[in-house]
Amino acid sequence: MNWLKKPASDTQLTHGDRLWLYFVATIIMLLLVIPTFIVIPMSFSESQYLEFPPEHWSARWYNVYFESSKWMRATVTSVQVGVLTMLVATPMGVMAAYALFVSGHRAARAIFAFLITPMIVPVILIAIGAFYAYGRVGLNNTITGLVLAHAVLATPLVMIVITSALRNYDLNQERVARSLGATRLKAFFVITLPQIKFSIVTSALLAFLTSFDEVIIAIFVSGGVNATLTKHMFSSLRDFIDPTIAAISTIMILVSTTLLLATQFIGSRQK
Amino acid sequence: MSSHPDSESSGASTALPIHIQGLTKKYGQMFALDSVDLEVKSGEFLTLLGPSGSGKTTLLMAIAGFNRPDAGSIRFGETEVILTPPHQRNVGMVFQSYALFPHMSVAENIAFPLKLRGIAAAETAQRVEAALTTVQLDGLGDRDIEQLSGGQRQRVALARAFVFRPRILLMDEPLSALDKKLREQMQIELKHLHEQLGVTTVYVTHDQREALTMSDRIVVINHGKLTQIDTPHNIYNHPANAFVADFIGESTMLPLEHDGSGKLFFQDHLVETDFKTDAARNWSLVIRPERLFMADKKAVDSEKAIVFSGVVRDFVFQGETAFALMSINDKYDLAFRFGTDSSSSQNILQAGDQVSLGLNRSDVIIIPQGDDS
Repeated sequence: MNWLKKPASDTQLTHGDRLWLYFVATIIMLLLVIPTFIVIPMSFSESQYLEFPPEHWSARWYNVYFESSKWMRATVTSVQVGVLTMLVATPMGVMAAYALFVSGHRAARAIFAFLITPMIVPVILIAIGAFYAYGRVGLNNTITGLVLAHAVLATPLVMIVITSALRNYDLNQERVARSLGATRLKAFFVITLPQIKFSIVTSALLAFLTSFDEVIIAIFVSGGVNATLTKHMFSSLRDFIDPTIAAISTIMILVSTTLLLATQFIGSRQK
Repeated sequence: MSSHPDSESSGASTALPIHIQGLTKKYGQMFALDSVDLEVKSGEFLTLLGPSGSGKTTLLMAIAGFNRPDAGSIRFGETEVILTPPHQRNVGMVFQSYALFPHMSVAENIAFPLKLRGIAAAETAQRVEAALTTVQLDGLGDRDIEQLSGGQRQRVALARAFVFRPRILLMDEPLSALDKKLREQMQIELKHLHEQLGVTTVYVTHDQREALTMSDRIVVINHGKLTQIDTPHNIYNHPANAFVADFIGESTMLPLEHDGSGKLFFQDHLVETDFKTDAARNWSLVIRPERLFMADKKAVDSEKAIVFSGVVRDFVFQGETAFALMSINDKYDLAFRFGTDSSSSQNILQAGDQVSLGLNRSDVIIIPQGDDS
């Protein structure tokens, strides 16, 4: 156990002195992830009902999921809405973040705060508001309506990621480019954009995930043939509990973690 | 941007004068530029010198087109440019942070302004090579920016700013990120480069020694106003007011009294015998520390020099010179400097020593008290 006697950091503490901290940190991390991962073994159960731990193992609920037209349709809707949300929220968020970052106007801070309120306001309020507003203009149960509402949630995330990328970027580069003969637009596309592209990809993936994982707004404003995966899962849980939900959850965990790991990986490449 | 002169002739023929009139820029209630008038001569190396917040960078950015003044006129030659966007002004610009494009190689950085002007690939390559040679970076065109040292990055930024043969070159504290030795070396190189290119150059710095080293003329700027415009020699030897005297070089200021008949006194020292002044003003004597010399009170001709006596209060050895403060009557501290060569008997001073310091009358500088001229 030589390792215990080695210094843990620049301080005088050794790993031995820090052992209690490692223990506490591990417990906390496990408490954070175990509730999520408990569905994985449950999804491989033979049983008709959700059970943990499963007595017999099988992949039958995955077959149910992949063979059900209802579930497949919902999956397609979810992916569709996610991609469209990403396509709406990413350019809007990038443009807003850039404009507010570059602007020296004293209202810029206030506008930024205003635009990120959807992150602070309880989502249920946005959902109720959207439901009644959409009722007037006929956007309930439409892909468009869902995409717009999800873009409201995703845009602040894009703005925060892009703003932090711009903070690490020397805007004088754009000024130099302009003094050298580039228009402002060209300077942005040729000089700034290539240097924040990894942050843009990261924010786009986050925008997709925001929509893909979202359930509250989907419950209110999506339905019929345009119901999302999350909405179907929620209604299924209410009506009858079968392990298909666990199988779908497992797939969603897989998608989400893969995308999040991708953003981490991309982020680390952008020094 | 199509209007840039593309002739092969280098030097003064492509340089443009800058005429600035009544330029005013307000941030809230504060004047960043207060009705500035300035003539930059064609081919001149002009330095804007001032403390931070003086307005020197605001003025430079107005010339570059990055801020829009509230009033006034900026002309390049005969052309009014106040409404011309930066990309059409055709000025080269070097920033303190260099602002090189990290996603491009050295050669791509330098080629950037040429590409924007639609210059053919062969000529671009040849001009980039020539620019690299001018800044002594031959063969480094393929390097990434991250592989370069600070001094090399500075040179790339320079090459990129002059490769498209702008008629005006603007520099915003381009050397301040370099260490002292390299900075001093680059000052000389920049001066040579300016002579070689002959381009009208406006240079911003807060470093008075840098300004004195490089400039044809220096503009001292404070609180958005131009305090003095003159050659380095005149700025140093004839500062217009206390601000300039204090900001450039070291100085001691001693209050003067006038007797109404044209004589100015510091205590019982007669400083000036025939001084034309309106009685309402107060005047100060400015003494540069290095202009004082150790004097034997009886041997000095009072026609030629003023002799101050006092007690050494502080003495510091600083390498090439030694610095000391002499207290006069415990009321005024007179700063002085002298060489530290072995023959100099002066480097054996100690605090408490009684000394006499002479100042030649030709080195007397008299300025009005207060910061405005």
